[in-house]
Amino acid sequence: MHIPDGYLSPQTYIPLYGVSFAFWGIALKKIKKELSAKHVPYLAMGAAFSFLIMMFNIPVPGGTTGHAVGGGIIAVLLGPWTAVIAVSLGLIIQAIVFGDGGITAIGANCFNMAIVMPFVSYWVFNLVKGNATQGKRLSIAAFLSGYCGLSAAAVITAVEFGIQPLIAHAPDGTPLYAPYPLSIAVPAMALEHLLLFSIVEGMVTVMVFNYFSKHEPDLVRTLAREA
Amino acid sequence: MTSFQKKTWIGLFIMALLTPLGVVLPKWFNAEDAWGEWGIDKIEKLLGYIPAGMKKVSEIWKAPIPDYNFGGESASMATRIASYIISGVIGILLISIAAYALSKFLVKREK
Repeated sequence: MHIPDGYLSPQTYIPLYGVSFAFWGIALKKIKKELSAKHVPYLAMGAAFSFLIMMFNIPVPGGTTGHAVGGGIIAVLLGPWTAVIAVSLGLIIQAIVFGDGGITAIGANCFNMAIVMPFVSYWVFNLVKGNATQGKRLSIAAFLSGYCGLSAAAVITAVEFGIQPLIAHAPDGTPLYAPYPLSIAVPAMALEHLLLFSIVEGMVTVMVFNYFSKHEPDLVRTLAREA
Repeated sequence: MTSFQKKTWIGLFIMALLTPLGVVLPKWFNAEDAWGEWGIDKIEKLLGYIPAGMKKVSEIWKAPIPDYNFGGESASMATRIASYIISGVIGILLISIAAYALSKFLVKREK
């Protein structure tokens, strides 16, 4: 889901840089207010976890690959604004040091995976969790938060790809950037995520959630808020 | 650092050791690039041409460790596996440095 350089037109990646900068600004302000020193290691761990989980490429046999992102579980545990910063850190380092995701596309990739995903995941988790403070319902909420978060990110990414032929083409209609229209990009990316990658994301989210609920229940932010 | 945090960091380093699964499994199952992340050569094969804008921008940045791989495109599987693990560890270190630097500016001291 890391959009490389050359796939997005400037009229796409520049506004998305703008949106990401706005979210980074708000996120840093919120963290300054809310995050206490004892949470700093968790910000670093969350960012490292997200960075690493994205290296586990999952194959569609004979087809493409994809991966989990970790943006959902970080949002559930540390709050969506901390997740914005944690996942963005991973994505920026991936782009600059490892060429995974374009430099021009950092704003877009952060918007998709570090903004859309954490907020969707956080919202879904709270919606499904309801008033539950323990039990199966929490696991289901965690699974769905990861599942929906990654799926939403994939669809948004596909839309960014798919609008390129519409908004950036030569006078004869030849695409200048990503060549495939919405009718190809959206089904392709939605299906592989809905059927495989998002399921893995959901499972990873449940595993990490249960691990933290067991060992560090205070940190489970959305639960702690209930107390 | 609490013992839970220590355990979690160890878990993250174990994850780094396991990252080569991310190159080995796709190879096994004959899976290629992620959708929309094709290199410029692959695009030319898929389309028969390289979109003009893409051609101009695609090589704009030379990453120091492209694709988490120290060996270049012809690298052996063993090199790729070792590169992946090393990249994972480098990632953990860079992120930790960045996160702590960021927090120095942000987080109020607690006594």
